Amino acid sequence: MVPQLSVFLQNKSGKIAAITRALSDNQIDIRALSIADTTDFGILRMLVSDIRKAKEVLTGQNCILSVNEVVVVAVPDRTGGLAEILSIIAEANVDIEYMYSLIGREDNMADMVFRVSNEEAFRSVLQQHGLQTISAAQLGLN
Amino acid sequence: MERYYQPEIETAFREEMLSLQSERLASTVKRVYENVPFYRSKMDELGVNPEDIQTVADLKKLPFSYKQDLRDTYPYGLFAVPLKDVVRLHASSGTTGKQIVVGYTQKDLDIWADCCARALTAAGCTEEDIVHVSYGYGLFTGGLGADGGAMRLGATAVPVSSGNTQRQVTILKDFGSTILCCTPSYALHIAETLYASGYTKDDISLKAGVFGAEPWTNEMRHQIEELLGIKAFDIYGLTEIIGPGVGFECVEQSGMHINEDHFIVEVIDPDTGEVLPEDTQGELVFTCISKEAFPILRYRTRDIGVITRKKCSCGRTLVKMTKPRGRTDDMLIIRGVNVFPSQIETVLLDKGYTANYQIVVDRSHNFDSIEVRVEISNEVFSDTVKGLSQRAKELSEALKSLLGISAKVTLLEPNTIPRSEGKAVRVVDKRKLLD
Repeated sequence: MVPQLSVFLQNKSGKIAAITRALSDNQIDIRALSIADTTDFGILRMLVSDIRKAKEVLTGQNCILSVNEVVVVAVPDRTGGLAEILSIIAEANVDIEYMYSLIGREDNMADMVFRVSNEEAFRSVLQQHGLQTISAAQLGLN
Repeated sequence: MERYYQPEIETAFREEMLSLQSERLASTVKRVYENVPFYRSKMDELGVNPEDIQTVADLKKLPFSYKQDLRDTYPYGLFAVPLKDVVRLHASSGTTGKQIVVGYTQKDLDIWADCCARALTAAGCTEEDIVHVSYGYGLFTGGLGADGGAMRLGATAVPVSSGNTQRQVTILKDFGSTILCCTPSYALHIAETLYASGYTKDDISLKAGVFGAEPWTNEMRHQIEELLGIKAFDIYGLTEIIGPGVGFECVEQSGMHINEDHFIVEVIDPDTGEVLPEDTQGELVFTCISKEAFPILRYRTRDIGVITRKKCSCGRTLVKMTKPRGRTDDMLIIRGVNVFPSQIETVLLDKGYTANYQIVVDRSHNFDSIEVRVEISNEVFSDTVKGLSQRAKELSEALKSLLGISAKVTLLEPNTIPRSEGKAVRVVDKRKLLD
């Protein structure tokens, strides 16, 4: 289980700069980040080194937040590595709400962050295919 | 030469009108006191007996009525006749939670038709004319009110109702409509659609329009007149009084003559309730003196205006009111629908949003739009776009079902709505409705 911090972004310049500055000022490391944007609003999603502290800091910055569990999967870092895993997920009828990549821990593996419709089914399909999930501790997150 | 529908009333001497008003007022007050417990207890509280009301000068002794009274006695509590004598009901536009109901006897419908017939006649309408009515037909008084006036005159009524603007243009062209009745913003919308379809004012036969149910400026009047090649006249009314036809513009286009043989107008200081002299700005208050089913006494309209008895070149002696110059409350009129910010607030709180919101009303391409900007909380937020869009959509649908018109919803971060002395600025009206 890896906790992810999501922040509401009203389309307003300087907001992401302010958020990253506030995290940096409090020695919080951003390990992964993705932004979803629509015409009306955006959502910033992050894996951070200290989620409890990050929550506190950003609440103080008037941010709207939510914390949810995501699954981090180790993907072979070679051509077709991601495609194979996504085929498996598709066959299991698990819908991906969103996904993004994470800076690799090991040379031959890339990590992907997944948010899926049915986490239980997702985990079981990963297990069946011997795919490795990464824990928060392995990512050095608190 | 100026034409009148009922010259004996419209050009009556002041003394004759006053004596007619006094007689009708006294009899209405007596009837209302006997038949409506609400008015009886309010008059008893003030120690006013029906016998104390003999002339128009006694009117100020009577208690005021408010929109809230209609809600408190919903649905039939203020009716002054048994329901079996009521032949029609209407309800206030748009609002589900706080709607009000009014009733009409056959005589009331006749009075209403007369009032609208006077308005149409003042706009140049005769029995030769084809009257295209694009006000909504239904519980809203606009459609059936204008329709009744046209039929009373012997003109040809075309009950198009609102919506489907392309079809409106086709009907205007094909039927050869000569008079248009709708909201002024819809008139402009029709005009734009006419031109967008490759036609001009030369392709239609309109000569005049009678527009009301929302505030509009003289600038809009000139635009409408220019685009449609017509004379544009204002008409004033409220569901609580009768609907459209309480007041109407004549050829002078400088204010609306009030049908004061049916409705006595007063202008009061909204804070003290004190009656103000003519030619002074204040809140308009109306008393129905001839209606049977729903004769409301001293109704506080919340509309700010001025009344004057300066001689009008049209020859009518009926008192004139200016276009309303604003409201004493925060009611917004959007596409003819009455909207109170408090109603929107109720929906927001109900859906788990904060009370930090802002309503932005704008008009582009002559179409009023309403945007509800609301600061969200952690509870409403979702990490998926689908989830958050769904929340916004749910709110938009709840607002639509409440208001009857679509509202754009914009979700905001906390503390983004400008505060004025700590309070969020609730309403930003970007329409320039007042000259």
